[in-house]
Amino acid sequence: MGGQDAGPVPMEGHDFALWEKRVDALMVLCGQKDLFTVDGLRRALEDMGEEAFEKMSYYERWIAAVNQNLLEAGAYSLEELAARMDEVARRGESYGEAQAHA
Amino acid sequence: MPHDHRDHDHHHFHHEGMSPSGHPYRGDNDGPLGYWQRMEIAVRELLVEKGVLTPAEIAAQIEAMDARSPANGAAVVARAWVDPDFKARLLADASAASREMGFDIGPLNLIAVENTADTHNLIVCTLCSCYPRNLLGLPPDWYKTRAYRSRAVREPRSVLREFGLELPDDVTVRVHDSTADMRYIVLPARPEGTEGMDEAQLAALVTRDSMIGTGVPRQP
Repeated sequence: MGGQDAGPVPMEGHDFALWEKRVDALMVLCGQKDLFTVDGLRRALEDMGEEAFEKMSYYERWIAAVNQNLLEAGAYSLEELAARMDEVARRGESYGEAQAHA
Repeated sequence: MPHDHRDHDHHHFHHEGMSPSGHPYRGDNDGPLGYWQRMEIAVRELLVEKGVLTPAEIAAQIEAMDARSPANGAAVVARAWVDPDFKARLLADASAASREMGFDIGPLNLIAVENTADTHNLIVCTLCSCYPRNLLGLPPDWYKTRAYRSRAVREPRSVLREFGLELPDDVTVRVHDSTADMRYIVLPARPEGTEGMDEAQLAALVTRDSMIGTGVPRQP
């Protein structure tokens, strides 16, 4: 990426949504608890390929990398994740409705 | 038909990524539940259920992150401007000097690079988004864009021009590429005409961008 051609730097910003802050917190806390290293996260991000950097947002890539590393660390299984994501989907249409179930 | 036109306008007005009032969509808790949001909720709940994390730890981490802002970095810069001994310590070991002021820097190696009359420093992370977040808070969106990361190392002067910073040709531009455990912060040059100002007044002149190198401090 460094040194490649690219257009003007987009200056618009946004406030971070709660789910993005939570991804950030999961990344920091799980790192502190030695569930993965920054190198492990980096590897997962690189493995996503260039398309991920075009199509996914910043914290979408990070939750994908965090999840990949947690699966590899055995923190939970792929089946547990899939079942929970299905269950979360049934809670409601918005993030607010789905996360309130906790 | 007029109706079709209205329909068309309606779709145009509410196109993806824009709110009904025409502003860029800001994802918040009312936002639709996408695949990656579902993943975040699922991962967080599984970690809590398995005893890896507690909800209190997650909330405390978010609170600590929200509390960090460029004001932390500005306080460090202002101290360096008024205290030559502190400045020397900052340039020797920015992590230790920042901790001295009570800022939690974590285990990472922080390096302060000084702007002078003939050198201007610029910070980027070409890999992703490594940033002195303990002193500046979370990075601005542009810092994480492909455009900034690709071009900052190749045509920094042109990038700086987009930020409204035109540097004379005889000023050397040094670009520093951060990594996860080696991060940079720019120590901007103290503006002229600030001789009578105290530390707090000076800190108010220090902008976020002046500590990334895409700007300079405010003039008094």
